[in-house]
Formats: sequence, structure tokens, C-alpha cells
Amino acid sequence: MSRLTIAKALNAGLRRALEADPKVVLAGEDIGKLGGVFRVTEGLQKDFGEARVIDSPLAESGIVGTAVGMALRGYRPVCEMQFDGFTMPAFDQIVNQVAKMRNRSAGRLKMPVVIRIPYGGGIGAVEHHSESPEAYFCHTPGLKVVSPSNAHDAYWMIQQAVASDDPVIFFEPKRRYHERGEVDEHTEPQPLHTSSVVRPGSDVTVLAYGPMVKVCLDAATAAEDEGRSLEVIDLRTLSPLDMTMITESAQKTGRVIIVHEAAVSGGLGGEIAARIGEHCFYSLEAPVLRVGGFDIPYPASRLEEEYLPDLDRVLDGVDRSLAF
Amino acid sequence: MGEMSGSSTDVDFIQLLTPEGTLVSSDEYQNTCTDEQIAGFYRDMTLTRRIDTEATALQRQGELGLWASCLGQEAAQIGSGRALGGQDHVFPTYREHGVAWTLGIDPVDLLRLFRGVDLGGWDPDQTRFNLYTIVIGAQTLHATGYAMGLERDGLVGTGDPDRDAAVIGYLGDGATSQGDVSEAFVFAASYNAPVVFICQNNQWAISEPIERQSRIPLYRRSAGFGFPGVRVDGNDVLAMYAVTQQALERARSGSGPSFIEAYTYRMGAHTTSDDPTKYRLGDEVEHWRLKDPIARVKAYLVRNGAVTEDYFTEIDAEADDLAADLRKRCLELPEPRLVDAFDHVYAEQTPYLEEQKANYAAYLDTFTDDDQEDQLPVQGGVR
Ligand SMILES: Cc1ncc(C[n+]2csc(CCOP(=O)(O)OP(=O)(O)O)c2C)c(N)n1
Repeated sequence: MSRLTIAKALNAGLRRALEADPKVVLAGEDIGKLGGVFRVTEGLQKDFGEARVIDSPLAESGIVGTAVGMALRGYRPVCEMQFDGFTMPAFDQIVNQVAKMRNRSAGRLKMPVVIRIPYGGGIGAVEHHSESPEAYFCHTPGLKVVSPSNAHDAYWMIQQAVASDDPVIFFEPKRRYHERGEVDEHTEPQPLHTSSVVRPGSDVTVLAYGPMVKVCLDAATAAEDEGRSLEVIDLRTLSPLDMTMITESAQKTGRVIIVHEAAVSGGLGGEIAARIGEHCFYSLEAPVLRVGGFDIPYPASRLEEEYLPDLDRVLDGVDRSLAF
Repeated sequence: MGEMSGSSTDVDFIQLLTPEGTLVSSDEYQNTCTDEQIAGFYRDMTLTRRIDTEATALQRQGELGLWASCLGQEAAQIGSGRALGGQDHVFPTYREHGVAWTLGIDPVDLLRLFRGVDLGGWDPDQTRFNLYTIVIGAQTLHATGYAMGLERDGLVGTGDPDRDAAVIGYLGDGATSQGDVSEAFVFAASYNAPVVFICQNNQWAISEPIERQSRIPLYRRSAGFGFPGVRVDGNDVLAMYAVTQQALERARSGSGPSFIEAYTYRMGAHTTSDDPTKYRLGDEVEHWRLKDPIARVKAYLVRNGAVTEDYFTEIDAEADDLAADLRKRCLELPEPRLVDAFDHVYAEQTPYLEEQKANYAAYLDTFTDDDQEDQLPVQGGVR
């Protein structure tokens, strides 16, 4: 057991992945000497060399496009997108090439590529540094999408993503990079595409992932003072969704709120709500509600505390659900 | 390395003023500036540097979330900015504070984005200076498209100096790796667009040296796309002025695009969130300090008795006032309101967004006044 920050846990996980398989290569802007702008790859180039930890030219389409070629040669590339907004120049390669290669080749070719994306707001950044583009990738068949919310999951999920023969979009909650948690390096981890109940409860189910899990846990603590019991589920996997866990909880509480930073319209919450509606219609006491970002571009940083769902907005969602 | 490297200094560049402050000339380019103009460049560069250092200080004190310094790049920016004609347009990166100065942008407006009160505080149509772009290279395509528009509108090659217009698209050395930049070059060449690409090769893209982006000197890139490229001493304001003027004239007259590589150096960190000691050697910085763009102009002015000692004292005093004013007005920038952000998403408001706005306003009303937390200070920072 160690107590690590999420950034350090990812670093340790990547180190183990590099040790475990000589075919694993990391690529991205500034990931070598600098160790990445968030220091997630710190020290890895020093220990594994420039051929395995590659400082790429400043070209995201190039980073992912060459990863496709390397994967076809049997390598397991792990690409770093420096910030969420800068994934978009690589979007074509990700959705048109990475996602479709297996299907196009009738299963003959595999794409064991991981694309790491620090995402979300709350760090006082300028434009394009605070976005939550996960829905674009969840909407693309062929990609798997995950997001850890704590150090233990970060450590294991990155290794599982690297070991997966499917392409994995790996969303890292950047404003939680410096939060510490226990990491158990020895016990067998839970499977990658499963969710966890991080706080059991009976009145309302709150579904969250990545940066919002902490907000929802805090909301659950506050709700307890008002005599309300919230069940908080950390989704961990966004595509495929762990519908078994989601429907079990929805059936138990009859009330569900989905919380994410991304704009609500066309967001992941809508998909989850529809699926719960299909599976649990007769168990529901209230419509499935969403608490998320407004349908406006991510605002200037002085407004982000107000833009991002916080404890009060989650509790407001709980009130609205219980009012039905 | 030699000719093989993007950072090679073996390659000649256009220089009109040496680091010691003496005038030299090349076959193609001569200094045409009067001493009065040169003294004006000194003022522009000194004040730009002061804006830059004040903004860096404001960031250190938590008043800005981030600042991208242009320290050391003043000559590249002032020389090219002062070469702009009255109808020309600029598409900057996020670091062109000196160019903004030459177009009369109020420096406090540059701070708005970095303080996080809005996403860009000036009117691009009125100032002819587009908003800062964070996504590397994207603006080179916008510059090219704008130039294609000028051409279509009959504003190129008319021979009327009050009509003909051109565009400058700025970019960094790192940006030359982006697909968008190659595509901009293709369009510019293919449509003979009146655009001048100015690449400030400051040797670094955050931690990555120019060798990571290019194995040939950058100015040679454009030849492969079919338009001329030239390397200029980017720390020489006179050379930057002369070369940019000629390239803009070429564009306005209908002879098409060109590429200028301003060979310079990023003296400070990439931004206030960056720590260059992790990847850069101190010697290199010292080497470049001797080529300071402002010191050489001062040396010229002193040596030639172009101005009196008072001139420098006056400008220093002006810089002090400018800095104090900038600081004061930065702190006075009004706090934005999230409810206002719903109004600027679409030209025609949508019913659902209107509803979201109303619901949010109603939600805010559920809090009593003493619940309202004070605004949090700008926190953290990023690249
Ligand atoms: C598409 C994209 N990828 C990554 C980044 C993050 N980033 C910001 S500035 C920068 C380096 C830019 O270097 P260069 O183009 O040489 O310009 P400079 O900042 O040195 O003036 C990087 C990687 C970005 N802003 N946009």
C-alpha cells in the first residue's frame, strides 16, 4: 500500500506498463525531459530512454496517426494529449482510423492504443484547457472510454488500458491530479469496465465519474445531515457503461441523478437516462435528472466556479428528484 | 548539425543593425528608417517590455491566471507591427503583445483573457487585430482565408495605396509541425493569397527545442509550397521592419504569399506555468542576452547622438506610469457574470438556452445575500 497523488499513481502505473512489455511506448508533447506539463511522465524518459518515451513534434494528428502505424507493427502506443481542447486536431485519426481499424479488417487487425487526455475544469486555465469532450468519444463505436477518479483506480486502470487490445480513451481528471489516496499495488484490481459503489445509500442514486465523484461524495455527506441517504456510484467506465450496477442501484432507490461537467445537451447523462428509462421504468419514483455544465462554451476562468456543478447544484438536483 | 538543423545559426540572416548597434546593409535590404523612427521603435519596445514584465508580476501576485511573456521578442513584433499599413489585418497567436501595441490595443485588454474575465477583450474588426488563439497553428488558416477574401473583394493589386490590403499570420516554431499550418501554406500558395506568415522562431516549443520540429532551417519550408521564405535576425527591429514591409508590399500588389522566419529567442519561461530550468541551459540564455533587441537600438541612438540622454529618462518615466496604470486598471476590471454568458452563444437565442438561463437565475435567487461567497481569487495556472 502507498499513499499517492493521482499524478504519481499514473506515473507508477505507466512505469509498470513499460516494464511489463517492451512493446509499450509513450508519445506526446513535452513528456520527456519536462515529464509532461502535469509531470505524469516524470522520470520515465530518463529510465526507459528516448525511444520508448517519445517527445513528439507539436502535432496531435501526427501523434495519433503514427500511433496507428506503430500499433499495426505490434507496438502498444500510449499517447498523451496535452489538454482536452488539443485532442481535436487528432479527432479525425481517433474516430475515423483508431476506432474503425478492427471493424474494417473484419477483426484481423487490432488497435491497442491508449489516448490519455487530461480533462475538465477548475484550475483557472485559459480557453481550450478545461473541456470535457467525453461524449464525442462515447458516441464513436470502436472506442472504449474510461475515467478514474482516485489514485488507486488511476494506477490500475492505466495498466489495464495499456494491456487492452481495444483502443481506450483515458480521461484523467486534471483538477484532481494532486489529490492523494491509498493505492494497493498487490491485490488483483476489479475489471476495467465495471463501476463501483463508492458510498452506499438508499434514497437517491448519484452517478458521477472523474472530477465530479469527489463533489458528489461531499454532497452525500452534506445530505446526510438533512437525513437523506445518497448512493454514490463512480462510473469509472463511460463506454461501455456498466448497466448492471447502474440498474441495480436505480431499482433500489427509484431516483437517479447523473452529474458531469460537460454540457448537458447531447452529453453522457442523456444516454444513461435513456437506458435507465428503458430498463427500470416501473421502479422509478422520479424522472432521471441531470446536473451538468450549461449549454455554453466553457467560460472564462473567473466564472468557472459558478459554471461547474458544485455541492449545492447536486443537492438542488436531489431536492428536485425527491419533490416528485 | 549545420544546414541540417532548424536551429542552425550557420545560415545567414538579414541583419541591418548589429548587436553592437552599428548599421549594416545587405544587397536586398537597406535601412530606410529615420533616426526619429528608430527612436520610436526604442520607445515601442521599451514600453512593450514594461507591459510584459508588469503582467508577469501581476501573475505572480495571483492577479492573472497565466501570462505568456514576449520578453526578448520585442524587435520581431515591433518591427513587423510597425510595417503594417492602414488596411492590413493581423492574426496573432497568444504572445503578440508588441504587435497589439503597434495597433493601439489598450494593454489592459490583453490582460482580460489571462485574468479570466473574458475570452478576448478587443474588437477585431475595429482594431484589425484578431483575438488571441490558443490552439496552435489554427490562426494561419484564418489568416489565409481572410487574405483570400481581401483578394475577392478587389482589395489587392489595384495600385491604390489607400485600397490595397494584406494579412499577417503569426506563428511559432512549434506550430510549423501542425497540419493546419501546412494546409495554410497550401491554400496560400494555391490561391496566391495576400498573406505574410511570420514565424517567430524563439527556439523552443515549451520544452521541445526546434530540432524536434524541423531538420532544416524553417525559412526554407515555404519554398516547398511554392512561395519565398527569408530568415531575418529577429532581434533586429530595423531588419524586421524592412523585410516585413517588402513582404506586405508584395502581397498587397498581388504577388502572393511569403514567409518570414524571425530568428529570435524566448528569454523567459514559455508561460508563467512553465519551469524552463528542467530542460534549458543557462548558458544559452546568457548567449542571447548579449543580443538583446532593445540594447542594440539604444546603443545606436547613443552612438549617433540621435537623441539626448533625456529621451531615455522620459521613456523610463512613461514606462513607470504605464505600468502603474496597467496594474490599477487590471485590478479594476469588472467581474463577469455567468448569466450574461448565455447571451453570446448564438446570434438567435434558442428556447432551451433561454430556459436554462431562466432556471439558473431562479436557482441563484434561492440563495440569500449572505450565502453568496466572495469571488475566489484566480487559482492555479496552465500552459
Ligand atoms: C494544438 C495544440 N497543442 C498543444 C498546445 C499546448 N501548447 C501551448 S503553447 C505550446 C508550444 C508552442 O510553441 P511555438 O509554436 O513554438 O510557440 P511559442 O509559444 O514558443 O511562441 C504547446 C505545446 C496547444 N496550445 N495547441
